[in-house]
Amino acid sequence: MIVAERKPIDEIIGFVQDCKKILLVGCNECVTVCYAGGKKEVGILSSALKMAFSKEGKNLDVKEATLERQCDPEYVQQLSEYYDQYDAIVSMACGVGVQELAMRYLNKQVFPALNTNFMGASQGQGIWEERCQGCGECVLGRTGGICPIARCAKSLLNGPCGGSMNGKCEISKEVDCAWQLIIDRLTGLKQMHMLEEIFPVKDWSPAGHGGPRRMVREDLKS
Amino acid sequence: MRLTYPDSIRIIRLPCTGKIDVIHMMEAFRKGADGVYVAGCLEGECHYLAGNLRAKKRVEYTRKLLDEIGIGGGRLEMYGIAASDGPRFAEVAEEMHEKIKALGPSPIKGAIQKGVLL
Repeated sequence: MIVAERKPIDEIIGFVQDCKKILLVGCNECVTVCYAGGKKEVGILSSALKMAFSKEGKNLDVKEATLERQCDPEYVQQLSEYYDQYDAIVSMACGVGVQELAMRYLNKQVFPALNTNFMGASQGQGIWEERCQGCGECVLGRTGGICPIARCAKSLLNGPCGGSMNGKCEISKEVDCAWQLIIDRLTGLKQMHMLEEIFPVKDWSPAGHGGPRRMVREDLKS
Repeated sequence: MRLTYPDSIRIIRLPCTGKIDVIHMMEAFRKGADGVYVAGCLEGECHYLAGNLRAKKRVEYTRKLLDEIGIGGGRLEMYGIAASDGPRFAEVAEEMHEKIKALGPSPIKGAIQKGVLL
């Protein structure tokens, strides 16, 4: 999932300080699962903003709406009937959702209420870790299902560096050395020979280094 | 026991403090409560094992949020009180009443009185 967290309230208040009515839009997907921007968090932020405004003697009318997904036009479209009644839109989705709202509702200011952090997995209640950087050319098939791009601080592709100590990365004792994990796993699977295979230099152009990425599937296009 | 406690306190019953959520505490303040306290079972004595411990974390989160918006996290407390301990219940009610009295009315209450709509 895409993992995000709420921005400091002061920053959000700064965006909407001159507004009287705002549309606060949550998303039912990733940000609901990571407790950052689902229906519940929309309610909490709405309550907090209303109180912060009341305290200053101002009234803030907040319309709460949580879409199934903010990254699909058919759901973003659902706001079209009433978005115009509001001074601004505040999105509690990831950066993708914020931009979809901004591109659909051109005459409204759209502000982000979250900082989008990474693509990751839940490691227990309230803990998330990065697992994928969307490099566009997946290497997991030869690294035992453990990603050296996302999980090695240097994104090394040819084994651990000298900073690997007792299975931990030199950047922090909390961070596992991805290459230690890869080697342990391949050893357990008796697949260490896979690391001896020579492979071509990784093509980083699909990783975003060739500019914003776009994918078209002719079989699905309408 | 015929114990008394301050009449400023309104009790909202929950099946377990584990049921409480951030939004419940926030909305109490938004509607003008000067203070809120969550009275749960003693730690280690939750019938559902961890309900009161979860509530404690949510109270802590909400306190930070109240600090962030300038209401003051000190207006929110969590107490562990055994269900059978009436005297302690009355004592805590008195303690909280005095604490909130010292802090004065919530800024939200002032806004409500001035006619700022919520």
